Amino acid sequence: MKKQIAVIGLEMHCEMKSNSKVFSPAKNAYSEIPNTNIAPLDMAFPGTLPVVNKECVRKALMMSIALNCKQPRYLVFDRKNYYYPDLPKGYQITQMNNPIGVDGKIDIEVNDKILPVYIHDIHLEEDSASLDHFFTTSNIDYNRSGVPLLELVTEPCFHSADEAIAFLEHIIRIYRYCDISDADTKKGQIRCDVNVSIKDEDTHELGTKVEVKNVNSLSGVRDTILYEIKRQTELKEAGKYDEVEQETRRWDEDSSSTIRMRSKVDAIDYKYFVEPNIPKWKITDEWLEEIKASIPRLHLERKLDYINNYGLSSYDAENLVKEKDISDYFEECLRLGLDAKSAVNWITTQIMGYLNKNSISIHDFYLTPKRLKDLIDATNKGLISSKQAKEIFEKVIVEKKEIKDYISKDNAQISNSLELTKIIEEILANNPSQIEEYKNGRTNIFDYFVGQVMKQTRGKANPVMTKEILTEKLK
Amino acid sequence: MDKSIKEIHEALINGEVTSDELVKEALRKSHEVEDKYNAFVTILDEAEAKEVNSSFVSGIPFGVKDNYSTKDVLSTGSSNTLKNYVPFYTATVVQKLLDAGAIMVNKTALDEFGMGGSGTTCHTGPVLNPWDKTRMCAGSSAGSACAVASGVYPFALGSDTGDSIRKPAAYCGIVGYKPTYGMLSRYGLFPFASSLDHCGVLTRSVLDAAIVTDIMKGKDVHDMTSWDSSNIHLQEALTGNVEGKKLFYIKEICDINNYPNASDTLKEHLNNFFKTLDLLKTKKAVVQEVSVDVKLLKAIASVYVVISCAEATSNMSNLTGIIFGPRSNKKDVFEMMKEHRTLGFSPLIKRRFVIGSYVLQKENQERYFKNAQRVRRLIVDKMKELFKEYDALILPVASGPAKKLDEDKDVIDANTNVLEEHLQIGNFGGFPSITIPNGFINSLPVGINITGNCYDDENVLNIAYTLEGLMPYKGQIAKERER
Repeated sequence: MKKQIAVIGLEMHCEMKSNSKVFSPAKNAYSEIPNTNIAPLDMAFPGTLPVVNKECVRKALMMSIALNCKQPRYLVFDRKNYYYPDLPKGYQITQMNNPIGVDGKIDIEVNDKILPVYIHDIHLEEDSASLDHFFTTSNIDYNRSGVPLLELVTEPCFHSADEAIAFLEHIIRIYRYCDISDADTKKGQIRCDVNVSIKDEDTHELGTKVEVKNVNSLSGVRDTILYEIKRQTELKEAGKYDEVEQETRRWDEDSSSTIRMRSKVDAIDYKYFVEPNIPKWKITDEWLEEIKASIPRLHLERKLDYINNYGLSSYDAENLVKEKDISDYFEECLRLGLDAKSAVNWITTQIMGYLNKNSISIHDFYLTPKRLKDLIDATNKGLISSKQAKEIFEKVIVEKKEIKDYISKDNAQISNSLELTKIIEEILANNPSQIEEYKNGRTNIFDYFVGQVMKQTRGKANPVMTKEILTEKLK
Repeated sequence: MDKSIKEIHEALINGEVTSDELVKEALRKSHEVEDKYNAFVTILDEAEAKEVNSSFVSGIPFGVKDNYSTKDVLSTGSSNTLKNYVPFYTATVVQKLLDAGAIMVNKTALDEFGMGGSGTTCHTGPVLNPWDKTRMCAGSSAGSACAVASGVYPFALGSDTGDSIRKPAAYCGIVGYKPTYGMLSRYGLFPFASSLDHCGVLTRSVLDAAIVTDIMKGKDVHDMTSWDSSNIHLQEALTGNVEGKKLFYIKEICDINNYPNASDTLKEHLNNFFKTLDLLKTKKAVVQEVSVDVKLLKAIASVYVVISCAEATSNMSNLTGIIFGPRSNKKDVFEMMKEHRTLGFSPLIKRRFVIGSYVLQKENQERYFKNAQRVRRLIVDKMKELFKEYDALILPVASGPAKKLDEDKDVIDANTNVLEEHLQIGNFGGFPSITIPNGFINSLPVGINITGNCYDDENVLNIAYTLEGLMPYKGQIAKERER
């Protein structure tokens, strides 16, 4: 059999961050207590109407711009009609014909190579309620009903699980960088539908597409893709490719396999039509410009910048851009004139270690870039040793003081050679007999001189320099 | 309670009557009208008097169509699917009236969820016409029209998706007004077809309609289609001066020659229409005949059916009995929904849902739904073009007075189709539209309708007000005719 190529497309749902839900005034927040964050619309009480949350639209447009999509002139929503117990209105308000973004393209990095990914569309919609199934009953929690959701649909442009995962990680990072979503898979904020088909290496003709719905973790996406490629390839090898049907399946964690839900023939007709309760809303160029200007520099651009212009290793650069706050911290250090390499050393070892250990955010971190600069500067000037720097690092955070408070004249090292020479010359002038003894072979007298210097400087003389100067003077 | 709002207000201010007496009278009459005409779903016997203040409606009872959400008061939409539904929030327009000091004394019956034009498909049974119990009130705001005509109170809320305020008003000999789309918030109105649904009011005079609408109107944060109408003052617009105003009527609807087998009733109705136009001319208004492509006019009914059924089938998908309404005992959730809807909806509604689903199906949508929307646009554009030249459209309501209860309204008489359905133009365009009584045929009231361009409510109401002043039907109370 010819070599098989996998063709993969993703539909990625992401719950957005916002104060209120996308069409209702209820709080958009996760709650353990069911049915606490709800407004009448979220349970579809008769006569309730949707009111569009402008902040959600702004964030959706931001993502659309970040993905280099085209934005529509007017904001329009559609109804997707179907009956399901988690859908109280009997329809979902979504965007079918005029999504918030179409025809996008974005470069991602897969194993240190750049891969272009094509975006079919991205649209703004509402989440459904969540269901808890028990033996004989099911509970409905409407907290999630109406939570803003962005659905991103890629073209079938991935050929491996690695590529698909790299893409998802890339997008999750953009969501976080733009503060559109926490994109936390553990909270179910990211959910994917995965489309997989296989084809012969030398053809453009696509194979039969299988859709796997509701894959809720990155590892699940990886497992799904690997499983489907294997399943489809084995069937093809066995000459039973006609058993691969255009169908919808779901990922079953327990059995680590995909399970058939329905054939494409039984696909639901969602009877889409324009939502009449939301008037057409003009998206102005000014607004788009304003949104565009608010998008921060994204992680891949930053990473390449750090590598190419600041000489960082790919490893260090990657560590810095994983989180925008860390990267911002680093860039602030650069702005303050800190050397990139010393900054990255401090950040990736001392600082990130401390943040992780104490589970605090860099936002609440006492050692601001300015204070880090003071610390590094003091070390570079030899005012403190690097060992002392580490001690001061710990102290300053606890005691909430400034770096200079730890390098006051009293406790700073005397590393000025002129100053030290002067002190040493004085001591030598006052001890002619000891010099005599030293020169006669009592070399342990050397330590006496060091002791005198330390006594004179109350221990602050730089010991290395003191020894060097003494050796020179005693020759 | 058979007086105008202003008269009652003055009587309250002067101490000739108290709010408490009015409430008791309204409740007594409510029971009387319920016994005779079956007009209500709920009578609020515990309704209490309110303080009289500067608002004209303060201390005065009123009725609310049962498809408005009213907190702590049963709100059924006249459907078995919501026969036990007590909402926990009140519709914006109802709340505004309550805040102004008006007292809700009953919830009025309607064709199930407003889907019907006869007032006979309410889950509580048909509403009878107070002028003749063998006849219908038309619908869907049947209970509201019946109650206002019977003098239970001076005003009641209605809703209008095709002609549901304006036709019952004509059949009951009163005033029915639906303002421009979005002037009144729809928040809390059970939806039938969202792009066509209007809130509105039934009264016995144009001034009363203006008073009540002035209180209810305004932008509502809960309804994105509502708009700021603070520069519109309906009461002040009623000057009685229409000099130089230009009105048109449509030849293809009004000319008796369009109806080769016209009944005597129809002849009389149209004749009466033209007599009314003559009255208007005495006030130096200009009334002209305009010809409109009959193809467009004949399409009105089908366009309405397609769009309204499509939106309705989606709007009413929330009625599953899971959250509200009687819940089925079936084990499977889809079986639960199915049973709730099978038992809950009347056959007429089910028929409309089938049509709605059919025209929305992927393979049919272009041919039916999208085309209906295109024709709707053509009709609205034609009207807007005419409204550039004319101040308003004036037409007779229906083909005569109230029909017999057994004349099924859902069977469309091809001959008089356009006469019966043209009020839907007002819903297609969201135009302000008002019906007032303009005479009697066989002792049964008939009505005339005035429709204007969007946002031109002041003008439309002033023309209606002027015309009303030229006729003796203002404030009339229904009397059962001798049979």
